Amino acid sequence: MGNNRQRMNTTIVLFPGSNRERDAIRAIEKTTGKKPSIVWHGETALPAGTGLVLLPGGFSYGDYLRCGAIAARAPIMDAVRAHATRGGLVLGICNGFQILVESGLLPGVLMRNANLRFVCRMQHLTVERADTAFTSHYRPGQVIKVAIAHGEGNYSADAETIKRLEGGGRVAFRYCDSRGGRNGDANPNGSINDIAGIYSENFRVLGLMPHPENLIDPLVGGIDGRGLFESLACN
Amino acid sequence: MKARVIVTLKDGILDPQGKAIEGALKSLGIEGIDSVRQGKIFEMELAADDRTTAAGLLRSACEKLLANQIIENFQVEFL
Repeated sequence: MGNNRQRMNTTIVLFPGSNRERDAIRAIEKTTGKKPSIVWHGETALPAGTGLVLLPGGFSYGDYLRCGAIAARAPIMDAVRAHATRGGLVLGICNGFQILVESGLLPGVLMRNANLRFVCRMQHLTVERADTAFTSHYRPGQVIKVAIAHGEGNYSADAETIKRLEGGGRVAFRYCDSRGGRNGDANPNGSINDIAGIYSENFRVLGLMPHPENLIDPLVGGIDGRGLFESLACN
Repeated sequence: MKARVIVTLKDGILDPQGKAIEGALKSLGIEGIDSVRQGKIFEMELAADDRTTAAGLLRSACEKLLANQIIENFQVEFL
């Protein structure tokens, strides 16, 4: 596994209003050992050899119209879609998750937090499965502590879609308390079934509201976010 | 040609903003408003001068961008 660390090339897409790319760059550099490429949303092609496309957090287009709505229609997204169709890896964090659902790369919708508050706090999550490109460095059912900062993270979809996601094991992370328990307060935004992140059908596209990229340095108070990037580094 | 597009939440979709506005109206002493749901209005100036073309254009604009059809409906009005 050690030599694989050098092979993962990451491309981070920047939209006007993205603001979490530096944290993502740091997380990728620390784990893959490679500097990611940065591509502006107006470009129409991803750098050759891109293994992972990362859509970072922020407020693309000021959240105008709907969060991620305009970014989802940016020129670069056709290339991201083609990359995903070819089985390429895509990671959307927070606003990146919003962009993925608006672009149709993931199903469902992310609505305003049910309590109308922008929630900025530490949050426990259960890692639902540890057999994907994103979670191989975690244990199934592991409870991790990362950060959240969002006002529109309330994941919703019709009953049919939820059944398909749950039945197919496509829920990646759920909100929980420090013991992995799921109760009202542990869910910061009212999302259905405490869903914090989901996979595409082929498990190569992941969208999640929390910020694992902020929990990679002991200085910040935790390193539970490293596992996701270390898993990716092995691809 | 002027047109107006109204985008509203589908029935059954949670609207906490609408609820917050309901509460605020009550606390202002404005009684008798039983429910509020918040929507969006887009006012457009179109180059087309026939309604059929304009209607098709606006439908496309709504389906592709202005309304998230998972949770929103849209209506087009010509002014």
